[in-house]
Formats: sequence, C-alpha cells, structure tokens
Amino acid sequence: MTALALSGLNVWFGDGPARVDAVRNASFTVAKGESFGLVGESGSGKSTILRALTGLAPSWSGAMSVNGKTLGHRRDRDFFKTVQMVFQDPYAALHPRHTVDQVLSETLKLHGFRDTETRILSLLDGVGLGPAFRFRYPHQLSGGQRQRVAIARALAPEPAILLLDEPTSALDVSVQAEILNLLMDLRDEHKLTFLMVSHNLAVVAHMCERIAVMQNGEIVEIMPVEAMRSMQVTHRYTADLLNDSINYVRSSPVDPSPSVERVDPD
Amino acid sequence: MTLLLDVQNLWVRFPTRSGIFEAVRGVSFELGKERLGIVGESGSGKTMTGRAVLRLIRPPGQVTADRMSLDGTELLTLPERDMRKMRGQRISMIMQDPKFSLNPVMTIGQQMVEAYRVNRAVGRAEAMQKSLDMLRAVSIRDPERVLRAYPHEMSGGMGQRIMIAMMLIPDPDILIADEPTSALDVSVQGQVLTIMDDLVRQRGMGLIFISHDLNLVAQFCDRVLIMYAGRVVETCKASDLHDAGHPYTRGLLNSLPQLDRPAKRLEALQRDPAWADAPGDGAAL
Amino acid sequence: MNALSREWLLTDTPTSRMHARMSSFYKGWLALRSNTLAMFGLGILVFLLAVAAFAPWISPHDPFAQDLANRLQPIGSDSHLLGTDSLGRDILSRLIYGSRITLYIVALVALIAPVAGLLVGTVSGYIGGWTDIVLMRITDIFLAFPRLVLALAFVAALGAGIENAVLAISLTAWPPYARIARAETLTIRKSDYISAIKLQGAGPIRIITKHIWPLCISSLIVRVTLDMAGIILAAAGLGFLGLGAQPPSPEWGAMISEGRRFILDHWWVATVPGLAIFTVSLAFNLLGDGLRDVLDPKDEGR
Repeated sequence: MTALALSGLNVWFGDGPARVDAVRNASFTVAKGESFGLVGESGSGKSTILRALTGLAPSWSGAMSVNGKTLGHRRDRDFFKTVQMVFQDPYAALHPRHTVDQVLSETLKLHGFRDTETRILSLLDGVGLGPAFRFRYPHQLSGGQRQRVAIARALAPEPAILLLDEPTSALDVSVQAEILNLLMDLRDEHKLTFLMVSHNLAVVAHMCERIAVMQNGEIVEIMPVEAMRSMQVTHRYTADLLNDSINYVRSSPVDPSPSVERVDPD
Repeated sequence: MTLLLDVQNLWVRFPTRSGIFEAVRGVSFELGKERLGIVGESGSGKTMTGRAVLRLIRPPGQVTADRMSLDGTELLTLPERDMRKMRGQRISMIMQDPKFSLNPVMTIGQQMVEAYRVNRAVGRAEAMQKSLDMLRAVSIRDPERVLRAYPHEMSGGMGQRIMIAMMLIPDPDILIADEPTSALDVSVQGQVLTIMDDLVRQRGMGLIFISHDLNLVAQFCDRVLIMYAGRVVETCKASDLHDAGHPYTRGLLNSLPQLDRPAKRLEALQRDPAWADAPGDGAAL
Repeated sequence: MNALSREWLLTDTPTSRMHARMSSFYKGWLALRSNTLAMFGLGILVFLLAVAAFAPWISPHDPFAQDLANRLQPIGSDSHLLGTDSLGRDILSRLIYGSRITLYIVALVALIAPVAGLLVGTVSGYIGGWTDIVLMRITDIFLAFPRLVLALAFVAALGAGIENAVLAISLTAWPPYARIARAETLTIRKSDYISAIKLQGAGPIRIITKHIWPLCISSLIVRVTLDMAGIILAAAGLGFLGLGAQPPSPEWGAMISEGRRFILDHWWVATVPGLAIFTVSLAFNLLGDGLRDVLDPKDEGR
C-alpha cells in the first residue's frame, strides 16, 4: 500500500522574474509503514517538499496523493488527521505564551476529541514526559523536552503519516539520540509512516529504509539505505556528499577552482 | 612547544535571582602552537571559556582565574585599553554566524581596509592591496568583486572565509573559533576548515576550536578538552578521542548514529551527577 | 504546598492552569518590583486612583462652590491649601475631583484606541494582500492628520464635551497601534508555531485571536502606557482650547485655561493643575518603561 505518492512535483515562490523554483519535477512514493528520507544541503528544496505536502507552500504543480487520495490545493481536516509534522527548531515551534496543557488541549479540541483530560496525560506519557510537565511554559523546558511536546502535539490527532523536518538538528547529540529513539519507538507502537528531512546523512541512515538525495531542487538519486552505507551510489553528487560528511578536512590543499563557489542571491 | 596561552583555574560566574550561576568552574589549560579543540554540549561552558579568554564577559558576569596569561602578559589585570589592543592584534575570534559579525551597511572592502588600518599605519592603497591578498589567501576567486560587495550578497561559506581573512589581518598569535562551521553545509564546511588549517599551520598560530561536533574535532584538532557542566572532564589527544576513557565522552560518542555501523537503537547518555563534581583533570597528558 | 506561598508561586512545576498563570504573573511582578522607578510611577498612579475613589471624603471644599470674596487666594492661605481660582473655588478640591475626569479619559482612550489598532493591525498583517493594502492606506490617512487638528475638527462637528474629546483622541491615537500590531503579526505569522496550529486545521479567526493577539498585547500595553502622557496632554490641550470638558467641570486642562488670564499675578492658578498633569504623565512614563522590560516578549522564551 502506498502512503504518500508524489509525481512531477514543482514548487515555486514568487512570480515573473522573481520566481524561484524550489523543487523541480520531484517524484517518489512512500509505502505504508516505511521511513523515507530526503537529504541535501540547505536550499536543495527538501523542506519545501514537506511544506507543499502540508499546504504551507501554496504554489505548486504536479500530483500528490495521500493513501491514494489525490490532494488539491486546499487541505481539509481529514488530511490533518492523517498527516502531521514535527518542525526543525523546537524553540520556535511552541507558542511562547501557551503552556504544554494549552497546546495539547487546543489541538485535541480542534480534532474533535472529548476526553482531553485522559488523552493529554497519555500523550505526555507516550513521549516520555510525566504529568509534572503539563502546566509548564516553553521557557521552562529544555530543547529536548520542547521537541517531545512538539511530537506529542503531532501525535494528538493519531496520524498515520509523520513528516519530520530536521527534528534533531537544533539539539545536542545526546538529546538527539533520545529523540531518535523515541521516534523509532513511536513508529513501532503506532505503525507510523515517516517522511524525514535532514542534512545529516548518518541520522537519515539510522532512521530510514530508503533515501532520496536532492540537489538544487531536484532529486538526483533514490536508493536503499544499504547502498548508502556501503557507499554504492551512482550519482557523483551523492558520493561527494557522503565523502564530505565522513571526512571533514581534506588532505589536499583547497582546489582553487571549485565549482561550488558562488555568490548567493539570497 | 612554546607556550602561548596559560589558563589556570578559570571561573565565570553570573549572579541570578536564585543564586550565583557558575558557567565555567575551574578550567585550566595551556595552548602552544597547536590546534586545541574544546567540545561539549550546549551549556557546558565552552563558549564562555572562549569569551573569558578575550575578556568579553559583560557585567554582571565575573571572571576570576589564578592565571590567564598570553606570552607572560597577565590578561585579567590588563587595563581595558591595552586589552582592546590585545584583542585586535594578538588574539582574534571567529563567531558562528558571519552575518552577525559583519556590518551590513558597509562593503566588505571598507570593513577590511578599516580593520587593516586600525592595526597598521598604512595608506588606503596599500591596505586595499593587503586585503586583496588576504581574500586570495582564503581561496576567494575574484576578490576585487568581493571587496565591492555587501555582506548580504555573500553565501554563508564566503562570509565565514571573509571573517577568517579579516581576523588574520593583524597576524594574531591565537585564533579562537567558536563553532565556525556549524551554520554551513558539509561541502562548504570542509573548504573553510581546510583553509583555516593551512593558515594556522603556515603562520604557526595557536588555535582554540570550540565545537559540539566530536567527529569534527577528532579529525581537525591536535588535542581536545571535553567540557561538562563548566568543568573539563577529560583531556586527550584528538587521535585518541575515539578511545576516550571518561564515561561522558564515551556516552557522547556512542549516542551518535554511524553511517558505517547500523544500530537498532542509539545509546542514550546516562548522566552521572558525579561528573559535574569531578576535578578538571589536565594531568592525563 | 499551601496555596499562595512564595514557593508555590515560584515553582517550576505548576499543578494546574491557574497555578501556571499565577506563577508566571508573580514572576513578572517580581521583575517589575525590582525596578525602583517603575514602582515609583506605579505608586503615584495608585495614589491617583485612591484620590479619585475617595474624592468626596478627602476634598476640603465643594469644587463648584464659588466664593467671590475669597477669589485668587495664594497657596497656603487659610483653609485653602493650594489657594483659590478666579471665582473663589478651592483649587485643591477641584484638583481632587479633576483626577476623576483624567482617569475617565485615560480609561476610555485606553479601551478604544489600542483595541481598534489591534484589530486592524492583526487582520491586516495576517490576511495580507488587498485587505492589507486597503487597511494600511486608511491608517496612513489618519496618521497624516495632525492629531490636535483632527480632534478639533471632530469636536467641532460633534460638539464640545468630554466624551467627544475622548472619541476624537482615540480616533487619532489608534493608527500607531495598528502599525505596531501589523509589524508584530508579520513576524509572528511566519513562525513555526503558527504553521503548527494551521496543521491542526485551525482557521484564521482562531489563529488571530488565540495565537497572535496574546503576543501583540504586551507590546501594545507598553506602548499605551508610554502614550498615556500624550493622551492626558491632548485631553488637557482640548480642555485648554475650550473643546474638551466644559466649565465649571474641574478638568485639569480647562483649569489651566482659566488660570491663564491671571498667570502673571496669580501664577498658582495655572501652575498647580499643570504640575498635576506633569506628575501623572511622568508616572505613566516610568511605569511604561518598567513594563517594557518585563513584558517584552523578545526577552523571554530562549
């Protein structure tokens, strides 16, 4: 069964001469229960795909479908009951004036749940936070605890598909390990499908079974994780990316004619 | 090895409503012409250590140390005016995000020329020429165009290279780099590190490299201090980092997912409150 | 833990919604309390409130009782601590009763202008597009009028009186608030927590009222407090021009206006209400400065 299917997806921002094509002709499918990773450097369009899926990036063309249902330009409540997202920066993803309790109870009410009291407690328990955290404000939580709250919020409507936008890149490595373990446990427990975006190849390899590599808005290669682990990649860019993330310092002096050098327009 | 920087028993304290917060607690280290890495998680006091050496801790923060000397000059008791000179000419610092370190309304050329002329009594033309040389030294092609550009026109990697070029203008003895590459993509990160590495080696500088990334520090530095809760819990040679003995260092290393070693679960770090009390043990080396 | 103890209020693990709210309120109060000048301002305002509330009991004379035999008595004369005005009315009593009018004006303007500004600003900022353009151009038009002149025109059209003066001041006071609220909304609406609540299917009304307003309100409160001085002065100015409170009402601006004729020989008649306006304006400014330090949302959260 296919949980997510994208074919020929283009996403752009702006119009006319200011138009920026963030994603070009992206196609992939994610099976139910699978974890699919999108890797690439900043500006490669990997997060934009998630935003287009959730309706946060309005101008796109191509076809997207969730559980076989084709998506239009508007997302209804049913969609949000199926697909949820965890954001990159846990410091920005929680409303600074809302307690954990307010965040979760509002989410539950929006999805029409009545038994908020018991659900809040079980959600907090599910992400490894006790009831003691229920009435805290975000500034009374550490980064890892905030991300746990954000995960609890995403799980509140009992979605089948979770989109993860660099969920650990703002966290310390020890906290990253805890959050990744938590996500793995939740995946097994709730039979979730993951679509994960990250610039960290090791994190994506740890979480996902199949991985798509993006460069400048295009998917250059889709491969199973084993191929990545054994460095059997076909595209040159993927090979470079792998090499860079394993060897930080190059043995040879810097090549004075690098094609990577550019003056960024943004 | 010539001793450049000698720090003994450094403390940084901040008074808060609920008592005194100790960000750095009795850190001691020595720096020669080498690349010294300081690693730790956020809140471990690694950044505060770097800032304390430059005396950039603002009141009400307090810095005390038994000794904090550069080439025999005690930094803690130096008058502010001399310290400012010290910061410009002997110790330089590179911050995480170049966007916050460059003035957005001046061209890069203006800023570099100004930085150069503050340090040396030279004319505009000569300062301009030196700036061009500097930009070439950090592998920037077309430096003339970069000199005319404004900081927002630069990508992150270019910006960080320009910062390195600016910091190297006065030919400092010590360079403190605080997470200089963590805002950059991996491919650009490699280039920036290589440039920094070459320059430090050629000029025989001492480098303090502050980072949260253990693998990066293990590859890039000669020696590593591992900080936890404001203390140095372990000092070791960078090449031996992967055989480190302290449970905290081991825990950090094990919690990293590895590309070549798939694991079903990552090892979560079990924190031992005793680590925070352990004396900073620099005698291991 | 017993309720309302210091430890209970300062806990990091609140046990109920109420507890969390009171705890965060108490921490804000502690921060404000450590600012001496702000507390000084707050003290003056509390004193003003008390004076206004107990005016009939503490004022030594009837503020409207004329006594032409004792007109223009100097400060410190028998039974008239602050002297009398041109009709022999006790200035202290008039001052005390005038505080009611001042507070009335302040309260009304503080209710109307920021609320209107918040509404226009957040809707404009959140919805954007044509709504934004139209609303902001209307705001620009109101901003382009000189404040007192617009108020003058308004009062002239509707007739003189305190309520109309308040309306006129509010009408000229809301555009800056709309601007602030819009600017804040523009940054807030792009944040991840707004995206997150959108992904729960929340509509624009819920997002604006429940998620954007709470963040705009604190900066508006600060701004209103700092503007209060200007509002009091504008009300006094209208009173001075004879377009606000009408005689024999003891409005402070009107009192200055009446005292103006004798300012050379009998300086206190105009100076005493002037000092009162100055003190209250200063108090609002001091408090506003302190509130800014406590409420500014940019300082917290990280």
